[in-house]
Amino acid sequence: MSNKEWPLWEVFIRGKQGLNHKHVGSLRAADAEMALENARDVYTRRSEGISIWVVESNNVFASDPSESQEFFEPADSKIYRHPTFYDVPDGISHM
Amino acid sequence: MKEVNITEMERKFQEKIDQDIKIEPKDWMPDDYRETLIRQISQHAHSEIVGMLPEGNWITRAPNLRRKAVLLAKVQDEAGHGLYLYSAAETLGADREETIDDLHSGKAKYSSIFNYPTLTWADMGAIGWLVDGAAIMNQVPICRCSYGPYARAMVRVCKEESFHQRQGFEIMMTLAKGTPEQKAMAQDALNRFWWPALMMFGPSDGESKHTAQSMKWKIKRSTNDELRQQFVDVTVPQAEMIGLTLPDADLKFNKATGHYEFGEINWAEFWEVVKGNGPCNKDRIDTRRKAKEEGLWVREAATAFAQKRAARKSA
Amino acid sequence: MNQAQVEFVLRIADDSLILGHRLSEWCGHGPILEEDIAMTNIALDLIGQATSLLNHAAALQGEGKTGDDLAFLRFDRDYRNLLLVEQPNGDFGMTMMRQFLFDAYRTILFERLQASSDEMIAAIAEKSLKETKYHLKHSSEWVIRLGDGTEESHARIQESLNTLWRYTNELFYTDAVDEEMHRSGILPDLSDLREQWEDTVNRVFQEATLSIPTNNWKQEGGRKGMHSEHLGYILAEMQYMQRAYPNMEW
Ligand SMILES: [Fe+2]
Ligand SMILES: [Fe+2]
Ligand SMILES: [Fe+2]
Repeated sequence: MSNKEWPLWEVFIRGKQGLNHKHVGSLRAADAEMALENARDVYTRRSEGISIWVVESNNVFASDPSESQEFFEPADSKIYRHPTFYDVPDGISHM
Repeated sequence: MKEVNITEMERKFQEKIDQDIKIEPKDWMPDDYRETLIRQISQHAHSEIVGMLPEGNWITRAPNLRRKAVLLAKVQDEAGHGLYLYSAAETLGADREETIDDLHSGKAKYSSIFNYPTLTWADMGAIGWLVDGAAIMNQVPICRCSYGPYARAMVRVCKEESFHQRQGFEIMMTLAKGTPEQKAMAQDALNRFWWPALMMFGPSDGESKHTAQSMKWKIKRSTNDELRQQFVDVTVPQAEMIGLTLPDADLKFNKATGHYEFGEINWAEFWEVVKGNGPCNKDRIDTRRKAKEEGLWVREAATAFAQKRAARKSA
Repeated sequence: MNQAQVEFVLRIADDSLILGHRLSEWCGHGPILEEDIAMTNIALDLIGQATSLLNHAAALQGEGKTGDDLAFLRFDRDYRNLLLVEQPNGDFGMTMMRQFLFDAYRTILFERLQASSDEMIAAIAEKSLKETKYHLKHSSEWVIRLGDGTEESHARIQESLNTLWRYTNELFYTDAVDEEMHRSGILPDLSDLREQWEDTVNRVFQEATLSIPTNNWKQEGGRKGMHSEHLGYILAEMQYMQRAYPNMEW
């Protein structure tokens, strides 16, 4: 890989006030300032956003899909964390 | 990894695909799947970028301010599409610069349609209407492709494409109902772009070497001939409506099948252009290479400056 | 018709029109994909400004012409843009330097024009100011990056500055048109324009480690329709369709 290539950045955009930032894609930029501007020019040409985060892709640590069983399945059995686990008699409301 | 393990993993992989579970970047995938995707996505990305050039050729000659803005925005969108697609390819480990170098060295292919010259303003109409029309037809099924980042990029691309075809058709329609010179200009553009547009769907199913495996992997969701037929079926009535004639003496509607039958595509020409012998292959690649070479000092300067700035910040 | 007002609007409009045209020449040829897209955004802003301003000029003229007529069917000597904006793109550094010198002037102009007594101008200025502030941010960052980047980039952009500096005096050109515009409140006070512009330029050049040329050889004439040889070729391309196929809808 050529070291002249600009680093890769992941782009997250808040579509409108009240929504989370959401990953939309990536781009290349020499630094954070440029990454923000490039994200604005590339990913919000049709008013898709009001706020942008950029993160250098190197700095993203991701869970490993091969560990997904031990990572995520233990939560599946904790059904008591969901309101539907509990019976509420007819006639009770606002609960 | 042991032979048996790989077979087992491939079986599980195919199971996921069959259940329409998307494959994501870090998931295990067969090497061939990865390579096929990289080839297809980067080819697609290159097509978007090289595709900027024939239309870019008319930006400074657009006949009025509205057309100029529309054309600029359209060509800019294609740059965006290229970028989304290079990004999708990067998730598979295909470094953008290396991918682009493959284009410049002639190793990687792109859609042969962009190797035809744009000779008149009407070509902007013909390209938007036919070339973007064909591209959309090709791309809509890929929104359901099994590879997540590619599918998501295509959703974004298809959303943006919708104005491309319309603006092209609008140009053609305006010319077709304009003066006799304008109508002739439109007809001439249609004559030149019709057959290359049909070629955009690729070789016919019997000839296409990747189709079967790609369909099984849900990288491709319809065959070349199916898509081509669909394109002809929707486009013929559009041409009729604006009073232009498709340059195909064999074109006729078959009531029994409900489809249009059309003449034989000149596959010899298609393969020549794919091989690099179209009217503009050399110009297109030279132009892209030149842009990259002339931008080198700029990219280097930005890197150097970023390093200096980072050093100052941490100092 | 107020002749001076038409003239005044044309000056601003033609700056946007011609610079937008120049930038659009880059589309498909940028140094990297992201920057190709960025430059096209700036070009689109400028063409949008030109469209609004030329439509306004045409309306003020009251001769039944459209903005397109003014954009595409005037003769070379009738264009009123600055010499700076018609200069060739050169390399990317030249383009960014041209953009920066212009943006630094344009932000001040639009800031003031928001208070114009011509409500249409005021509205266009308000919208354009937002665009131009972003252009200035983009172009000044590039001037700094290239100036303080590598040895090669520094030499190149210093050379661009040396080439373009002679066209900057024209940014402050004034004549009877401006005086009349001041009197009627269409053009608010701009007496500190040069000072403000120099502030921006000096600050950015200092950060970019660039030095302002000592050569005071100054060129002007665009505001009066005396252009460089480049404009004729721009128009030959831009007007080609309208000249070759007159009186048609596109
Ligand atoms: Fe596209
Ligand atoms: Fe398109
Ligand atoms: Fe496409």
